[in-house]
Amino acid sequence: MLARTITHALVGLDARRVEVEAHLQNGASAFAIVGLPDRACQEAKQRVRSGITSAELHWPERRLTVNLAPAELRKEGSGFDLPIALAVLAASRQVTEESLRGHAAVGELALDGRVRPVAGVLAAAEGAKEQGLSRLFCAAASAPEAALAGIEPVPLHHLAEAASYLRGEWQPEPFEAPADLPAPEGLPDLAAVRGQERARRALELAAAGGHNLLLGGPPGTGKTMLTRRLPGILPPLTRGEALEVTRIYSVAGLLPPGRPLVTAPPFRAPHHTASAPAIVGGGSGPRPGEASLAHRGVLFLDELAEFPRPTLEALRQPLEDGLISIARVEGKAVFPARFQLVAAMNLCPCGARGDPAAECKCSAQRLAAYRDKLSRALLDRFDLLVTVPRPRAVELAGPPAEPSDPVRERVVAARGRLREGRLRRTEGAEKLLTRAVERMPLSARGRARIARVAVTIAALAEAEQVDPEHVAEALSFRAPNELAAAA
Amino acid sequence: MNGSVVEAAAGVRRLRRAEFPELLRQIHDPPRLLYLRGGGEVDLLARRAVAIVGARACSPYGSQVARTLGRELAVAGLVVVSGLARGVDGEAHRGALEAEGVTVAVLGCGIDRDYPAVHADLARRICQRGLVVSEYEPGVEPAPWRFPARNRIIAGLAAATVIVEARERSGALITADFALEGGREVFAVPGEITGSLAAGTNRLLRQGATPLTSTADVLEVFGLDLVTATEPPALGETATRVLAQLAESSATADELARATGLDAGPLAAGLAELELAGLVGEADGRYRGVRPAD
Repeated sequence: MLARTITHALVGLDARRVEVEAHLQNGASAFAIVGLPDRACQEAKQRVRSGITSAELHWPERRLTVNLAPAELRKEGSGFDLPIALAVLAASRQVTEESLRGHAAVGELALDGRVRPVAGVLAAAEGAKEQGLSRLFCAAASAPEAALAGIEPVPLHHLAEAASYLRGEWQPEPFEAPADLPAPEGLPDLAAVRGQERARRALELAAAGGHNLLLGGPPGTGKTMLTRRLPGILPPLTRGEALEVTRIYSVAGLLPPGRPLVTAPPFRAPHHTASAPAIVGGGSGPRPGEASLAHRGVLFLDELAEFPRPTLEALRQPLEDGLISIARVEGKAVFPARFQLVAAMNLCPCGARGDPAAECKCSAQRLAAYRDKLSRALLDRFDLLVTVPRPRAVELAGPPAEPSDPVRERVVAARGRLREGRLRRTEGAEKLLTRAVERMPLSARGRARIARVAVTIAALAEAEQVDPEHVAEALSFRAPNELAAAA
Repeated sequence: MNGSVVEAAAGVRRLRRAEFPELLRQIHDPPRLLYLRGGGEVDLLARRAVAIVGARACSPYGSQVARTLGRELAVAGLVVVSGLARGVDGEAHRGALEAEGVTVAVLGCGIDRDYPAVHADLARRICQRGLVVSEYEPGVEPAPWRFPARNRIIAGLAAATVIVEARERSGALITADFALEGGREVFAVPGEITGSLAAGTNRLLRQGATPLTSTADVLEVFGLDLVTATEPPALGETATRVLAQLAESSATADELARATGLDAGPLAAGLAELELAGLVGEADGRYRGVRPAD
């Protein structure tokens, strides 16, 4: 006796259709899973068997073979438990194969038959929807996530519910998808940052123009604190963007329970000891790295000069193309990674440089070696470079600064004007830019960088064109001589 | 090593003691031989020259002073002599190059070496019009004990020596000693008495070195006047206000914003204008006026 269910395996963010075939033959009791299952998937045998008996269903004491087709695709994880269990129930005629038609399934089984949520439900639901399936069996906790894909979930707490549903004895509560995007909450607010006017200005420009930002300065001057406030002044995600981000978080198993849709621009701050695969993504069944988790948000690299060079160089592809492709024997996985890069670094290895209250003890050689770690090519990716000095006590005691909300409104308005793309440099602005290129050690890329920032400044100023003063301000955020390679 | 092979290999010229410029011949123990490379003529060594030396790990202030000095002395037609080291030395060379002037680098290693390696490009630029000289034949490794010896040549080539920043036991002080021994003029740039970077220069001042307050002080020795920019650049209203504030003391952008009441945007524009005009320099987030206050 043979029965089939449909589920999906993930390759990167893509859901590939997998048919779960269960075949019962006469013979001594045995259970085999074939079709390139990994360890977690092999262990489904124990969970499925216990789950079925715990649900007071019958375990067929015969020779049972489960095949996961296509057989050449690696099957990873515990999400196959539920579809295997349903296929076994259908093969042993405890439910009809008819009743399974139009359904996909994904979920892990507990030994007592409860259904547990797994990662990647959104992508699986999208895959099912795409293939014309109408309903998805999944854990109750995953139902809101599945509903995002526009498929009707069958939220399950227990395997027994699935059996009664398939026999037509039970219907789940109709699932109501929330109509609106819930507003992001709990983002840190700029009002908490006292002083630091220049750095705040740089942050606002970065938000408005989507520029990459490098903050230099002695430790403890608030570089990290400032950066954490960038997501709060970025425009909120559109529904499409929110779905993109949610898909990545779902696959990574990082969706917070109860909030199926990620609506705030993400903020990721990997430590400099993180490996290159951890940052750009990788693994045998490729998983998204920090760069993808920062998609449509902010990737913050603190202590930039401490990151190993290969890691930084690996970030150049996503910075250029907005995606990361990982080649594997079974094919290529592509993860989106359109993030805004913000980095912070001290001005010297000991950290005292730029701090009036401390004396730098670094030798000239150590200082040069520290700065040589950053390639010119990498520095060129930062449109905005700013030094964050240590704030004075007077500033820290000052009144609270402007909160994030009005800043975000300006950013949103400026983005609108930037989209229109009407801002052109005046003749005076052009002249100033040319003069600057002659006087300063600016590459062609450096010139383009300054031109880009000048447009953002003009857009924020609600100007009709890019004036010389906009170019002048953009020039003040160029690579300080100190950070650039020796001229 | 065979001299002719050396010359053929690296475009290196040799200067015998008899051919040395007058000033260098006068020192206590002139080298037996000088190796030269670069596009400059040999007579260039006989031109009036000022040595600018100082700490390798100098402060942003020190590097700005060195660069301005190098530039203004070169504009006045003097040759700038230094040691191609990091910090003050390199900035002095760069200043002279900025003014399209002539500068001479004296090495403490073989004439064919660019030491430190990060200054290889600087050495190349010096060689376009100036000279790189050394008393060591090609292939000689840089060694700590060769640098004091090199300093006697720096001091020997120059009629005056300026020490920009020096710690208590700096090599620059050795150069100053050589200059004094040779009866040359020695200038020291005054520094903060609380900072270790000025300990050496301030001691020189106490011992009677001439305090340097402006490039004009050095030029006076040669009977020259400071060549100021053809005309002061026309500055916007914001830039003028910012410059007036910076004449008081160096400041971060945020301190300037508070002192002038300007918003971060216009202030940044003003600062960029001043930087482009060559009136203000920035390092480690602090802005400072480049010229001595009037």
